Amino acid sequence: MTGVMIVFVVIGLAAIGWIVARARATRLQVEVGRLATNSRPTQHGWYVALWTAIPALVFLAIWANVMPGLIYETVLSETAAQQLPADDFSRGAILSEARAIASGAQNGAFNPLATAFVEPFREATSRYSAVGAVLAAILAVAGGAYAFSRVKPDFTARNRVERVVMWALLLASLIAIVTTAGIVASLLFESIRFFSMVNPIDFLFGLKWSPQSAAMGYGNDDAFGAVPLFWGTIFIGAIIAMIVAIPLGLMSAVYLTQYARPETRKWMKPMLEILAGVPTVVYGYFAALTVAPALRSFAATVGIPGASSESALAAGLVMGIMIIPFVSSMADDSIAAVPQAMRDGSLAMGATASETIRKVLIPAALPGVVGGVLLAVSRAIGETMIVVMAAGLAANLTLNPFASVTTVTTQMVQLLTGDQEFDSAKTLAAFALGLVLFVVTLLLNIVALRVVKKYREAYE
Amino acid sequence: MADMQTTTKSKMSARGVNVFYGEKQAIKDVSIDVDVDDVTAFIGPSGCGKSTFLRTLNRMNDTVASARVEGEITLDGENIYAPSMDVVQLRARVGMVFQKPNPFPKSIYENVAYGPRIHGLAASKAELDEIVEKSLRRAGLWEEVKDRLGDSGTALSGGQQQRLCIGRAIAVEPEVILMDEPCSALDPIATAKIEELILDLRGNYAIVIVTHNMQQAARVSQRTAFFHLGRLVEQGPTTEIFTNPREERTKDYITGRYG
Repeated sequence: MTGVMIVFVVIGLAAIGWIVARARATRLQVEVGRLATNSRPTQHGWYVALWTAIPALVFLAIWANVMPGLIYETVLSETAAQQLPADDFSRGAILSEARAIASGAQNGAFNPLATAFVEPFREATSRYSAVGAVLAAILAVAGGAYAFSRVKPDFTARNRVERVVMWALLLASLIAIVTTAGIVASLLFESIRFFSMVNPIDFLFGLKWSPQSAAMGYGNDDAFGAVPLFWGTIFIGAIIAMIVAIPLGLMSAVYLTQYARPETRKWMKPMLEILAGVPTVVYGYFAALTVAPALRSFAATVGIPGASSESALAAGLVMGIMIIPFVSSMADDSIAAVPQAMRDGSLAMGATASETIRKVLIPAALPGVVGGVLLAVSRAIGETMIVVMAAGLAANLTLNPFASVTTVTTQMVQLLTGDQEFDSAKTLAAFALGLVLFVVTLLLNIVALRVVKKYREAYE
Repeated sequence: MADMQTTTKSKMSARGVNVFYGEKQAIKDVSIDVDVDDVTAFIGPSGCGKSTFLRTLNRMNDTVASARVEGEITLDGENIYAPSMDVVQLRARVGMVFQKPNPFPKSIYENVAYGPRIHGLAASKAELDEIVEKSLRRAGLWEEVKDRLGDSGTALSGGQQQRLCIGRAIAVEPEVILMDEPCSALDPIATAKIEELILDLRGNYAIVIVTHNMQQAARVSQRTAFFHLGRLVEQGPTTEIFTNPREERTKDYITGRYG
């Protein structure tokens, strides 16, 4: 409680510093003339406010981490501490209990020994909080006073404030990068643990996937062959979905850029892009409840063997529909970026509109289209909801699109939902799968972005 | 305009042509003849409509949705705006070279072979090779590119690209070649080569060239038409227009008083 209050106090002091410094700088500016001052009054205000707030807040952050240790030490120096058991584990349990009672999170003591420490905990906590608050306030006032003493007409407050802003911006951009690095690191560490139990060769090239049998104690040796999952992922995301998405996306882009009247294009393009905004779970519903049963009864009517109510085709078709906007909007941009002169040149040779599209526009736009397709593939193989709902769990290695297959993402969901122990190969396999998926999509994205960039350069 | 004779030599002739972009009239009542043996130059200040008029001659204005053409334009006596006229056929007969060189992002060979291929002018690879070589020779580019026909057309210099575009236009054996300020994006040396090429091509094709550069018009053309504010002010033999213009505005323009 006091911790939150002191933060507000510091911010309040900073606000006062801002107002006072700005007022002083305004007065100085009037005295010496606007052109003789380096910085505007507001910038002086910010300089003082930053000097008031930053050192104090940094101190508070450090104090919040140091304080628990100090409290423990004070409590342990009590005479009652002599009675505590010697081993760290039970000593820690008793102390945590006492601390919980002191802070009001727990009412009675389970271990009677703990009651003796409640009062010391309470005392030490309030003492150190007070010390921290006072020190923070002193730091804030001192920092503010120092900065205020530097408010002079020729003082370069602007440059200093801007440097702080620059660091803040850098910090903001680093957070995303550091988070990504953290995610990769966690994937990597868990994967290394997994690969200490399962041979990476068996994992990457094994043909049999049955993590359940490994969990039941049949050994890890040939239960984690991930090839059926890789195949299922490629079959659904890179083959069936792309067979749907590439022609439809490309043709709609050609229509929208070359044939549609401007009014038609104006409503049709946003409509198409709305497809990209539909939550994937809705597509999953559609795939599982509408498309899959229809496909199964079709397969049964025609007499295709192995038809299942969860099929690669159902998931792939719906995923293909979902991906259309990616392909079409990239293709649309690339075709629209081909200079009008290219089109005129072809038409002026007596080429028809369709010859111009097929032989000049699409070849010229091809790198952009390819980039769009690669991005779409990387999106499709990482897609989870549709395949969880419509593709099934059976790790079949099959070419039959009506059969049930499973994908990397589906299995990751399967392995990580529910209660898990984090030392079994079954759970850790999810991280290894995640690592493979991460590496593949990363490579696809890098290649796609390079291709697109190169293409953009060609016309600029 | 006394000069409005309709001779048997006329390849193309325009009568009472008006062009509108939406509400705005860009060309007002233009009548002119293009003779098969001549290079005809359209001159005039920027925005005078000379390029717009040029683009009506192969119906490139069709690609502009708001453009509307009135009046009659004939090619060998046949109205090119008649419903029976196929615009694809028309453009194969009336080729065009643009202001900015616009080779396709394909190889030099493929750029030239593009037209013959779509029009089915070559029965075999050997025939196509022959057409490509002949067209590039006529465009004065063969010696420079014969060893690198597979290189991208866009990798050539600006002047070479423009000659490639002329070669590409020649390859479909057009009857008329329209050139829309073909040298305005080129340096003086490349310009001189294009002008030389125009003089070489004269007689094989009826050539119409739009130019900003009056010396260029004087050097390459036999007939000149002066446009101003969407109207055809004066037309006649080039020597006459430049030495003894009948209209005051023409005189002011060619002596550099405005433009």
